[in-house]
Formats: sequence, structure tokens, C-alpha cells
Amino acid sequence: MDEDAGSMTRIFKAGAGAVVTKSIGLKPREGYPNPTIIELECGILNAMGLPNPGIDNFKDEIAELKKSKIPVIGSIFGSKSDEFSKLAKNMEEYGADAIELNMSCPHAKGYGLEIGSDPKLVKEITSTVKKTVKIPVFVKISPNLINISEIAKAAEKGKADSIVAINTIKAMKIDLELKTPVLANKVGGYSGDAIKPIGVRCVYEIADNVNIPIIGVGGIHTGKDAIEYFMAGATAVQIGSALYYRGAKVFKKICNEIENWMKYHNVKNISEIIGAAHK
Amino acid sequence: MNFPKITTITETKNEAKNTKTIKFNFPGKIDPGQFFMIWIPNVDEIPMSVSFIDEKIKGVTFRKIGDATNALFNLKKGDKIGIRGPYGKGFKLNGKNILFVGGGTGISTITPAIEEAIKNKFSSNVILGVKTKNELFFEERIKKLGTNLFICTDDGSKGYKGFATKLAEEFINKNYYNSVITCGPEIMMKKLFDIFKRNDFQASLERYMKCGFGLCGQCCVGEGLRVCKEGPVFNRAKLKKIKDFGIYKRDASGRKIKL
Ligand SMILES: Cc1cc2nc3c(=O)[nH]c(=O)nc-3n(C[C@H](O)[C@H](O)[C@H](O)COP(=O)(O)OP(=O)(O)OC[C@H]3O[C@@H](n4cnc5c(N)ncnc54)[C@H](O)[C@@H]3O)c2cc1C
Ligand SMILES: Cc1cc2nc3c(=O)[nH]c(=O)nc-3n(C[C@H](O)[C@H](O)[C@H](O)COP(=O)(O)O)c2cc1C
Ligand code: FES
Repeated sequence: MDEDAGSMTRIFKAGAGAVVTKSIGLKPREGYPNPTIIELECGILNAMGLPNPGIDNFKDEIAELKKSKIPVIGSIFGSKSDEFSKLAKNMEEYGADAIELNMSCPHAKGYGLEIGSDPKLVKEITSTVKKTVKIPVFVKISPNLINISEIAKAAEKGKADSIVAINTIKAMKIDLELKTPVLANKVGGYSGDAIKPIGVRCVYEIADNVNIPIIGVGGIHTGKDAIEYFMAGATAVQIGSALYYRGAKVFKKICNEIENWMKYHNVKNISEIIGAAHK
Repeated sequence: MNFPKITTITETKNEAKNTKTIKFNFPGKIDPGQFFMIWIPNVDEIPMSVSFIDEKIKGVTFRKIGDATNALFNLKKGDKIGIRGPYGKGFKLNGKNILFVGGGTGISTITPAIEEAIKNKFSSNVILGVKTKNELFFEERIKKLGTNLFICTDDGSKGYKGFATKLAEEFINKNYYNSVITCGPEIMMKKLFDIFKRNDFQASLERYMKCGFGLCGQCCVGEGLRVCKEGPVFNRAKLKKIKDFGIYKRDASGRKIKL
């Protein structure tokens, strides 16, 4: 629920500290035909195909959010550095508080992961965007990589302010009756419960290799899940699929669970546990 | 689980010009006003309100307007489709005197609610509005229930000549209704909302849908109300807060489109 101002306002009021927008590109894009999302035993499989109204139409949504002083992280995707920097510039002008570069969507031709798997491109795009805007720039990277630390380092070299990890994992579901993949795009990205151990491992590995903050995401449903990410080295977390599993109240619930855990374990400040698993 | 279950079409029936019903095996409960996501393999997956409710068999009734509905139209008994759902919140029959207003394919959505009202011995008046006579369907089915049925056509080819809202306004001024229940073009529903001032006004909205289970955000109206989850049926209190109601919807990319 990150496509329009109304739903992001609802999420913010439900206790999120900030909202990350849907990834926005230069032109309107309808995404893939349905089925685009299905539920599997241990998670959600989606191939939305980066649907978005285009950056120009997104201006009003950000303006609406900023009226209520909601912190907005503008997610953008492009195929080249000049596309990214134009989008970032617009996002900044519209009032976004930070930019997230989507270099990790696993199912869109010419975008996302196809760019985010090349360290040279990652560094070039990040540094171009950094030179264009004053607000912080985050780079969202993919778990579908063997060189994840190398990509994270490339983003750091490009002067990224933070790494966001992880995006969804490439996956497929085949219907046995019809003998065909269910998603119209055939391949999609897997999220939710099943990917948490993968996200935790990625964050842990990245933390070993960079000195910038990491935002953990992937399968976080409870306060304990968030704490596991903190221990792996994340300083903040994002929530996606849990919105489905625990409803819009998930944000308040997770915050309460984190506080309770801290009280029970006599932790005064969350910084005490960040990276605690690296000994 | 929000995963399409493959089922077999048990019956198809032409209802009116370009309008068809398909029925399929689907045991289980469903409320009038709830909907399915119907997967036409290799084509698309689209939302469809339930139009026939039997214990083991359910049906949907639709007009062909594009790729998916055309493909669905051409399917025959024995063909396979995928079904997810039922989704959303249906109609709640509160009042004892109910006015039902159905416009176009919206007729298919309110008909199971009319059947339920009759089962509960509520008195009901039904107004159906279509552009022209050969687009009308479910006339016999509703008449058989013993309700007062009134037909409106834009061109006067049958029944009252004019918009259903016009006739509805006359009825509302003359009679006492606890509730108005409606599904049809949003402009029509917005007009009814303005005419009928009592609390129990329920309208079933349509928005572009992808997940159908409240995650993707594609179908949101107002302040993050998901038509697939908190809707598609909204009552007056909710509709009042939805500032897009009767004004705009969004296409698959999320762009606003004037209604
Ligand atoms: C909750 C709900 C219940 C519905 N019930 C019925 C019904 O009982 N009978 C009926 O005839 N129609 C119903 N519809 C509308 C039906 O879903 C569309 O007519 C159908 O999706 C058109 O698909 P198409 O490919 O044939 O047309 P297209 O040419 O693709 O599109 C034509 C129109 O249909 C809309 N549409 C296309 N795909 C979707 C989608 N995934 N979700 C929502 N709208 C879409 C488009 O916005 C466009 O305005 C319902 C819609 C919703 C949201
Ligand atoms: C329906 C859906 C849409 C998504 N859209 C985007 C997107 O536009 N941009 C992006 O960077 N990530 C997108 N993601 C990925 C999520 O932001 C997140 O990285 C991933 O789902 C893992 O977190 P989770 O397990 O909490 O969902 C999407 C995920 C889902 C399920
Ligand atoms: S269709 Fe995805 S939230 Fe309603």
C-alpha cells in the first residue's frame, strides 16, 4: 500500500515512522497483466512489473503527504544514470525527504536487478544521483546476487547514505492442473516469512563490508524479526508483506513488541543491539 | 489461501446482448456483494461479483468489454478457470424496507442481495436501469421473487424512459425506505447518495484490482480504504470520507481518471 497519498497516510497513522513510495519511473507504466500477486505457503509471490503513474503525476501524491508532514522516501527506478538523476531531482523538488534507488526489482526487463548486478553501474548511478540532490540517497539491493558485498561496496563508493536490503527473491509457482506458471510474467519475486533468513544473512554480510547504515527488509512480521535484523547490523527496518499477514496495525504491534523485548532484556537503547551478532 | 483454485465451468448462459453467466463448482459460503478473482489462464485475472449463490455452485454474470471478458465469454462448459476468493465485504441487509437500484452489469451484483432480502421477508422495491431493452437481464429471475420491479431505459425501449436515478428520486420522495442498496455506474450511485439522506445507504464500488486481498494498494480510495478489503460495499459513513467517490478512479498504472 504505497501507491497513493491516501494509503500512505493511513500507513503512517498506523504507526510507521516513514513511508517508502512505490518505485516511480519517468513515464506511466501499467505493469504486467494479472495474475500479478499470489499467496504461497510461506510467503507472497509477485510480479507487478513496476506499475506507476509516472513521476509527473506523482507530484500531487507527495504534495498531499507533505501537507501532513509525513516523512517520505521516494523510491525510483530507471535504466541509466541520467534517468535516475532526473527522477531524484523531481522527487526532491516535490518534497521527498530521501531517495531510494531501486536497483533490485527481480522481474522487470532493463531495470532493477539488471542494473543492480553490475558494480560499475551501481557506483556510477549512485554518485550521479548524489551529485544531483541534497537529500539522503539509499540504494536498495537484491539478494539474487553472488556478489552482494561487492554491490554494497560499490554503492558506498558512490557515496550512498545507506543500503536497503533486501528486495524480493526470484521465484516461480507452477499450477499442477494447468501445467503453467501462475504469474502472467511467469517469474516473480518472493517476499514474506520465507525470505527472512536470507535477508538477515545479506544484512550481516553487508554490515561486514561497509561502514554506512543498513536498512533491513524482508520477512519482518514481528518485533523479534526486527531485532534479529538489528543484531545482523541494520539500524532501521522496512515492512512490506506483513501488512497482509497482520493488517495495518502491524506497525504499532511491531513497535510494541520491540519495546517489550528491550524491557525484558534490559536494553535501554536500541543502539546497544545493532550489529550485536558480529563478534 | 490466496491462490487460484482450478475449477470447471458447469454451465454458461446468455443473459442479454453481450452478457453472459458462467457457473462453476465452488462449495462454501459467500455473501451477496462479495467477489472472486477469476483467472482466465494465459489471458488475465479479473474481479467479478458473485451473481448466483448455491451451496456447491457459484456464478458470475458479465458483459464483454475487453480482452479478459471476451475470453471468458468464449469459454464453454467443461473449460477450466482459476478462482480466488470470496473477497471483500458484501451488503448488510439492515432495513425492512429496502430500495435496490442496479445499473448495467451492477444488476448482477445486487440480485443475490434481493434474493436474500426476500428470504428474510423484507419488503423491497427494485429499480433496474439499462441503456436499452436488449441489455436488460435477470428481469424474470427478480420478478419471480415477488418484488416490485421497475425497469428504466435511457432510450425508452422498455419501461420508464430516463435514468434510474430519476425514478429512484420519485420513489424516495413518495415512500419510506430504511435502506438503499445500489451497484452500477459510480455517477449513478453518487447521485443516489445525494438523494437518499438516511444512514443506511450502501454502494458497491469498482476499482482496478490486482491482488484482491489488501496488499498491493492498487484499489485504494479515500484515506487508504481498500475496495478489495474494506469494500467493495461501503456505507454512507465511509462514502462520506471518500473524496474520490463519484469523481475519479485510477487506471492500472495508478493515474487518476475522471469518472
Ligand atoms: C469488485 C468488482 C466486481 C466486479 N463485478 C463485475 C460483474 O459482476 N460483472 C461485470 O461485467 N463486471 C464486473 N466488474 C468489472 C470487471 O472486472 C471488468 O469489466 C473487467 O476486468 C474488464 O476486463 P477486460 O480485460 O475485459 O477489459 P479491459 O479492456 O482490460 O478493461 C475495460 C475496463 O475494465 C476495467 N478493468 C480491467 N481489468 C480490471 C481489473 N483487474 N480490476 C478492475 N477493473 C478492471 C478497466 O479499468 C477498464 O475500465 C467488477 C469489478 C470489480 C472491481
Ligand atoms: C506487492 C509488492 C510490491 C512491491 N513493490 C516494490 C517496488 O515498487 N519497489 C521496490 O523497491 N520493492 C518493492 N517490493 C519489495 C518490498 O519492498 C520488499 O523489499 C520485499 O517485499 C521484502 O520485504 P517483505 O518480506 O517485508 O515484504 C514489493 C513487494 C511486494 C510484495
Ligand atoms: S487489489 Fe491489491 S489492495 Fe486491493
